[in-house]
Amino acid sequence: MRPFFLVFLFASFVPQTLVIAAGGSREAQAQQSITDRSISIPEWSDWKRVLFLQDYNTRIVVLGTTLLGMSAGMIGSFALLRKRALMGDALSHATLPGIAIAFIVATSLGLDGKTLPILLVGAALSGLLGIATILLVRNLTRLKEDAALGIVLSVFFGAGIALLGIVQQMKTGHAAGLESFIYGKTASMVASDAWLIGSAGMICVLISVLLFKELTLLCFDEGFAVSRGFPVVFLDMILMGLVVIVTIIGLQAVGLILMISLLVIPPAAARFWTEKMVNMTIVAIVLGALSGMIGSAMSAVFPNLPSGAMIVLVATAMFLFSMIFGIPRGILIRKLRRYELNTKINRQHLLRGIYEYLETRGLLNEKQTLESLPVPVETLNQMRSWSLPALKKIVKRAERERLVETIHEDQLQLTEAGLKEAIRLVHEHRLWELYLITYADVAPSKVDQDADAIEHVLEPEVISELESLLIQQSTMGVIQSPHAIEIDQKQTNPQNPRSQGLT
Amino acid sequence: MSGLEQWNWYLDGWIIVAGILCAVSSALLGNFLVLRKMSMLGDAITHAILPGLAAAFFISDSRSSIPMFAGAVLAGILTALFTEWIRSFGKVDEGAAMGVVFTSLFALGLVMIVQAADHVDLDPGCVLYGAIELTPLDTILISGWEIPRVVVVLSIVLLINLLFVIFFLKELKLSSFDPALATTTGFNATLIHYALMTLVAVTAVASFETVGNILVVAMFVVPPAAAYMLTDRLVRMIVLSVILAIIAAVLGHISAITVPRWFGYQSTSTAGMMAVAAGLLFVVAALFAPRHGIVVIFVRRQILAWKILAEDIIALMYRIEERDAQQKPDAAYLREILFSSPLPTNLTLRYLTRHDQITDSDGMYELTKTGRDRARQLVRSHRLWEHYLVEHAGMSAENIHKQAEQLEHFTDRQLREKLNEDTIDTDQDPHGRPIPPENKTN
Repeated sequence: MRPFFLVFLFASFVPQTLVIAAGGSREAQAQQSITDRSISIPEWSDWKRVLFLQDYNTRIVVLGTTLLGMSAGMIGSFALLRKRALMGDALSHATLPGIAIAFIVATSLGLDGKTLPILLVGAALSGLLGIATILLVRNLTRLKEDAALGIVLSVFFGAGIALLGIVQQMKTGHAAGLESFIYGKTASMVASDAWLIGSAGMICVLISVLLFKELTLLCFDEGFAVSRGFPVVFLDMILMGLVVIVTIIGLQAVGLILMISLLVIPPAAARFWTEKMVNMTIVAIVLGALSGMIGSAMSAVFPNLPSGAMIVLVATAMFLFSMIFGIPRGILIRKLRRYELNTKINRQHLLRGIYEYLETRGLLNEKQTLESLPVPVETLNQMRSWSLPALKKIVKRAERERLVETIHEDQLQLTEAGLKEAIRLVHEHRLWELYLITYADVAPSKVDQDADAIEHVLEPEVISELESLLIQQSTMGVIQSPHAIEIDQKQTNPQNPRSQGLT
Repeated sequence: MSGLEQWNWYLDGWIIVAGILCAVSSALLGNFLVLRKMSMLGDAITHAILPGLAAAFFISDSRSSIPMFAGAVLAGILTALFTEWIRSFGKVDEGAAMGVVFTSLFALGLVMIVQAADHVDLDPGCVLYGAIELTPLDTILISGWEIPRVVVVLSIVLLINLLFVIFFLKELKLSSFDPALATTTGFNATLIHYALMTLVAVTAVASFETVGNILVVAMFVVPPAAAYMLTDRLVRMIVLSVILAIIAAVLGHISAITVPRWFGYQSTSTAGMMAVAAGLLFVVAALFAPRHGIVVIFVRRQILAWKILAEDIIALMYRIEERDAQQKPDAAYLREILFSSPLPTNLTLRYLTRHDQITDSDGMYELTKTGRDRARQLVRSHRLWEHYLVEHAGMSAENIHKQAEQLEHFTDRQLREKLNEDTIDTDQDPHGRPIPPENKTN
């Protein structure tokens, strides 16, 4: 994963190049889906203005969203691994009544109700209340977490909507600004907002770096953390508190509905690139920063794109890319790995099949040369339930690896290397069978299947361990099969004229 | 100034009807979402229908209902599909998969709507929290009656949901409680799952004009969750959730008109107040449900704790009497031995006095005859249990006391007889103290 990681680091240092790249593709997409009615392609001067951050406003917005993406990525990683991904969703909805109440209280006290800190304090309080309600419902009633989330989310939001309905009617200053918390108004971000996001984000990052070990333990093994004497409840509360802070500073930028995506999507995408917590956090930070940066830059370049939604869509694009191409957990790499394993298993089955065929016929003594030992393909087909085309493919691949050779139309024979490999495989197979019979009390008639499942993944150390356990006379190359091999019975069956004729 | 003097049966009546229809059709399906622990999928689907609406608008170039309906339902089903794919192929936690899918779709929908904003009033705000107040204004004529369009649509949806729940009750039940068994008994749990998801999407789309797509989540989740607190039987839960949904809708509309008046404002959003009303109903149910309510469970535990304390006190007094018939313990002495706190001890002592089990002479307590009988039975239970535990459970004499201390409170006469029969006939417990007889003749 190292090269990919470097690519990300590199990309985060030169965002301009990436903005152009992603912007281009996005524009093409947008034009496809929304046909003719929408985006006018911006002039080069527009591009230049945004890309080189010439605009004061653009600079603020890009900086703010980038910082937001970073802190959300960091905190989101913990929340995701703690399986609290949707907590952010419920939480962000639960902030709405707090915002409305803060506005009402502040206005009736004669303050400017739209002062950001006042509103955010209200949001934080009602968000915390929401989380407390979720935890209470989950712990004290028979309802599960999902229902608790759904209840808090919808009821709090409903209360918020009802309160907003009242706020609209207040004479002391209309509340047009409040609804921007629902969808976000990135474009109107000012320097103080960016500072707020930056400092709050830095605090979050600092806390989570200081408590990295504890939080990681909390996410992966809560029981162990308890037994080691960590204050788990306290840590959990800290984590939730961090989620609250990040969500609330994000309300302004992307709005409460889309805020959850910054908490969920970059960490979920980062999960595909690494197995280590530290790396995951770093990748999530980078991805979060990139989505904030690219999304807001694009929204600045194209006049008609809302920035909050664009940030989310950029994050989604990164998620899709990561899900498919991620190493080591992406879909493609896992499919590839499984394909390789299947190929290996098929090859091993082929070789063992040939060997067992020869063995039951007593053809494997020193007098025979390899050349005189042809094996009919059909017989192999009967031993394994392969289809004929599948078998042909397997044989062809084995030929390419110089393990078998085709002599006539449907006759196979092992090469020198093939025989060696086959001997090794049969040896391992039977070792495991013997082990199962001796130590695991598996019936000899059933043992073949069980050994089949595991012989392909036996490590050399295990093999030598098994040998020392089971074989006293290690001079013999291949041990005897502990059970009758099925092909034997088929061969002696007079009803099968083809196999009769072949012997 | 209640606000109800402006009540207009035509306007408010239709609003309430629309609210009830929406709440009931959501609650019907919501039962299964709650039971399957998929409440948040309802949330995801309702968010994600936004791009479906927008896409249908772009394609059909109109705001007519049918293409938009189809588009939104399709988007809802896709959400369920995508979530499942990301979960299984990408090996992502289900919550996270849902979060990725619905926020992405919602963002896509927002972008598309903003693109269309110049051409049409497809207001995202309306999608989010609905416009139930405008219900009576948009009517269609059905056999001479002017009926609001929304009411017609919601009635059809309610009918479909009702039929679905009635006809597939067995399948839904089985696949909610035991999907593996459902599959082995031969019907397709996956099919039921997607049928349910489709109907959730249909209901969400039909409701989004009324209560908006976030508050429909309240209707999906909250009444069934409250009903789940109230009963253990599925059919009863469904019926209860429907009743609660109706109450929430009526209460929601009335409080939307009246509550703001108390503070000197005009009426507020009915949809919002419906969610709040449902939330209040849930809180009441969660606190006071007869079996599973928080308060009820708490009270039940307290009563049990006090009962046990009372029994401990008289059993202790019996033992004191047994050792030294003259000693009369006071409250402090009892507390010292029982490690109990002052308030419950004093209350319990007063309770015991009132119920004639002990007598109080200047802070010194003595058992009455009834109290002594009761105490004797307890001590008998205790010592029989000790005997039994040593003899049959093979426990050593040192650590049986704790066990017997717990068991004595739940042992009735029949069980004592049985214990007496099963243990060797003796009148001494393993510690060498006498086992008192069941009834004292003197």
